[in-house]
Order: sequence, then C-alpha cells, then structure tokens
Amino acid sequence: MTTLNFRAAALLLALAAGATAARAEGAPPPILLATTTSTQDSGLLDEIIPPFEAASGTRVKIIAVGSGQALALGERGEADLLLVHSPEAEERFMARGAGLLRRRMMYNDFVLVGPAADPAGVRRAAGLPAALRALHGSQAAFVSRGDDSGTHQMELALWRQAGRSHPRERERYLETGQGMGSTLRVASEKGAYTLTDRGTYLSLRPTLSLDVLFEGDPALRNIYHLIVVSPKQGPRVNKEGAVALARFLLSRVTEARVAAFGRQRFGRPLFMPDVEPFGPGADPGGDRGAPHQ
Amino acid sequence: MRLISEGFSQALHLILGLDPDLREAAWRTLQISGAATIVSLFLGAPAGVALALSRFPGRTLLVALINTGMGLPPVVAGLFVMILLWRSGPLGELALLYTPAAMVLAQSLIALPMVTGLSLSAVQSLPARLRVQIRALGATRLQLAWLMAREAQLPLLAALMAGFGAVVSEVGASLMVGGNLRHSTRVLTTAIVLEASKGKFASAIALGLVLLALAFAINLILTRLQQRGRT
Repeated sequence: MTTLNFRAAALLLALAAGATAARAEGAPPPILLATTTSTQDSGLLDEIIPPFEAASGTRVKIIAVGSGQALALGERGEADLLLVHSPEAEERFMARGAGLLRRRMMYNDFVLVGPAADPAGVRRAAGLPAALRALHGSQAAFVSRGDDSGTHQMELALWRQAGRSHPRERERYLETGQGMGSTLRVASEKGAYTLTDRGTYLSLRPTLSLDVLFEGDPALRNIYHLIVVSPKQGPRVNKEGAVALARFLLSRVTEARVAAFGRQRFGRPLFMPDVEPFGPGADPGGDRGAPHQ
Repeated sequence: MRLISEGFSQALHLILGLDPDLREAAWRTLQISGAATIVSLFLGAPAGVALALSRFPGRTLLVALINTGMGLPPVVAGLFVMILLWRSGPLGELALLYTPAAMVLAQSLIALPMVTGLSLSAVQSLPARLRVQIRALGATRLQLAWLMAREAQLPLLAALMAGFGAVVSEVGASLMVGGNLRHSTRVLTTAIVLEASKGKFASAIALGLVLLALAFAINLILTRLQQRGRT
C-alpha cells in the first residue's frame, strides 16, 4: 500500500514537471539577453523587460554576467542581444564583425566608495588620478571585481591613467570574481575601497557601511550599449527577436521607465537614458524618426 | 544584531503573507528537484539492485566509479551539462539550456550515482542466505531482484532521501544550466544567492527558511513511509 501511494506521488510530480515543459511550446523562440550584473542587481531589468514580454508574447532569458563574459557569449552565438558597458571591448567586438549593430542606451557613473573614515584620504584628493595614487600609497585595501566585467575593465584603465598599477600585496588587493553586489559587500565587511557603478551602490546602500568618496570626474562616466549579435556567430542566434527587443529598449516608452526608475526610492534616477536612434529604415514604428540630440 | 532580527521578522511576514515570488520559487524547487529525484530513482535503483546481484569482469571498477560519483561536485555536473547544451554544443538543437529541463538533467546527474550507490549497498547488506533461499524456491532473476529490493526498502528510501537532499540544496549547477531566470528556473537556492547579492536579506532569510521547511517536510514524509514499513 505504501509503495503504491508513493508511486502515485512520484507520477504526479513527473506529470507536473512535464506539463511545465510543454507549456513553453508554440510560443515564439525566446530571446537570450546577456547583460551586466549591475542592471540586474539594481532591479532595472525587472522594470523594463516584463512590458516587452507582455506586449510581444516572447520570453526574454536574462543571463546576468560581467560585460566581458556577455561579449564572449555573443561571440560564440550563445546570446542574441547584449547590454554591456565596456566600450573598448565592444568596439573590438564590432570590428570583428560579431555584432550586427550597436546603439547607446543609457549611462550612469562610477564612484569610488570606501569606509567613512577614509584612511587613504581619497576624499581630499585633487582629481581622480591623485585619488588613486593616494589609495596606492596608503595601507588601505581595495576590492576588485576581477571578473573581466565592464567595471573591472574601467578599474584597470583608471589605474593605468593614474600611472600606478593596482596594489600588489595580496591582502591589499582582493579580487572577488563576483558581481557588483557581492563585491560591494566584501568591501563593506573588510572596510576596503572599491569602484562601483552608482546604481548598484545606491540600491544596496542601506545595507553597506560605505560612503561615496570620489565622484564626478568625466572619466567615470559609465555608458551602456545594446549590441545585436550577428547571426554569423552561430546557427541559432535569434536575430529577429534581438532586433525587436533592442527596438523596444530604445523606444520612448522604455526611456521614460529608465528615467523614472529609482527616483522614488533613492530621490534620483539610477540610470540616465541617452538613446541613440535605432537607425534609418529600421524603425517602422516611427516613434523615433527624428535624430536624437 | 538589528539587521538579523529585522531580517527574521520581515522573513516571517513574507512567509505568512504567502509572498508570490517565494511561493513560486518553492514550487519550482519541488518540481525540479522532485523530477530529478524521480529520474534518478527510476534509473539508479534498478541499476544499483542489478549491480548488487551480478558478478562480471570490471564490476569493481564500475562500483568504484559510482562511489566516486556519489561525491561528484555539483558544479562539475553543471559544467558538463552546460557544455552539452550550448547552442553550439552536441545537444544545442534541443534549445534546453536555461530551462527547467536542463536543471532536471543536471540534478539527475548529481543524484544518480548517489541513488545507484546507496541502492547497491542496501541490497548487498542483506544476508547472503536470503538470496540463496529465494533462488532455491525457484525464483527467476527478475523475481529475485524484486524480492531483494523489497527486503531492502528501508535503505532504498534512505537512498531516495539522500538524492533529494543533495539536489534540493544544490546551487552551483542550477545557476550554471538554469541561469536563475525569474518565473522559470529560479529555485530557492539560486534565489537566495540573488537576493543576498541584492542586499535583500529578509527575502534571502525567508527563502532559506522555506527551503529548510521543504526539505524537512519531504524527509518527514519519506521517513514516515520508511518507519511504517518497519512494523
């Protein structure tokens, strides 16, 4: 008797699992969006992707990784659309012909955060290079993403511009290899400094003991681009889906959602829309015919 | 301290208020890990019983491999399944990566050696005379396997519990092949990782409590079955 009951339960579970799988059939092919952890950890994507799914009936699978990994996924044709912020790597990606088109979508900025006491004196520094040199010269620890993400690339570029490599001592330069959220948490717990996009920082601030210590330098601007992966990269790249989603993300509707996102909770938007028009002939909706800016 | 107590009280609110995201993650966990456990049961238990009752060259090697597989690191299983399922991989055509089915596949791979290995040792630990006796009564090989498995049903249920426990608490492979997609492959463990990195500790704690409760409930059911079988 007991075995029978158990078998019935097992059968039910198996059927339930099968039913879930079957439901996905018949829908348009899903779109794979590879993006940075900052857009997911800040909650922006939960705001701007579901309206597209509702309107188009297409599932968007969001794979949140670093920009470097997102570009690598695109390169191998494992993703259809990329939302990334690593301009130099993106240009190389486009130059190789791996992307069909690349459009600016929005920006925010990077900030240097650290313990309020600021033992390295970053706050007093006259300029960004000086701030990094102050960090380098102090005993303070720095937490790096270390994951080839856009933020990591930016951090390495900033050290280069400051004429210093990052600290070499193992206990002073910690590479997490994780997303921005986890990296901020490590910095907070260790009383260390780190470079972060403002969006992720603001959304996590209540749980962190980190202050913004340096901000506002033009070099700290963090620009996000959309890249439609070229169908040449793999046999199963969903070009139509990627173009439709890109068009939606560059539309005025999304622009308004981006501009409003975070205003209520943080008193300021986490990302500023800065949309590059989709392009001539590619915009049958006509909602963005006039060149922007 | 305040963060912890606040986290727990908010977590209780989420649980008692039947937060939809929480409910969904719990239900998905049950579906995916349940399906994986069942797959591994239907493949692993017969394999384990058969292996226990047979002798052939290379058997020791195979048993050693299965025993090693019982400690298979989930991320390695995840990596293996991910490579298989890449669009450019051998099974790319099926478009299974980042679906619940991919998670069932990876979790089955994790649970399979466990269920096989424990079933094997369950049947092997039965007294040797029993087998001789059953054979002497003229049972066919299949009847022998069935009767032996029935005799070993207590440890077989333990094998099932171990398999379920391993996959329900697993996070590495689930993240790799599932992608932690909302409304699809976000299970309790992967949601905990995400909520913690978002700094939403209350949700993370709530998810953790639900995971513990779920694992406990399933084990309670199986344990009751097992202990009832004792009398």
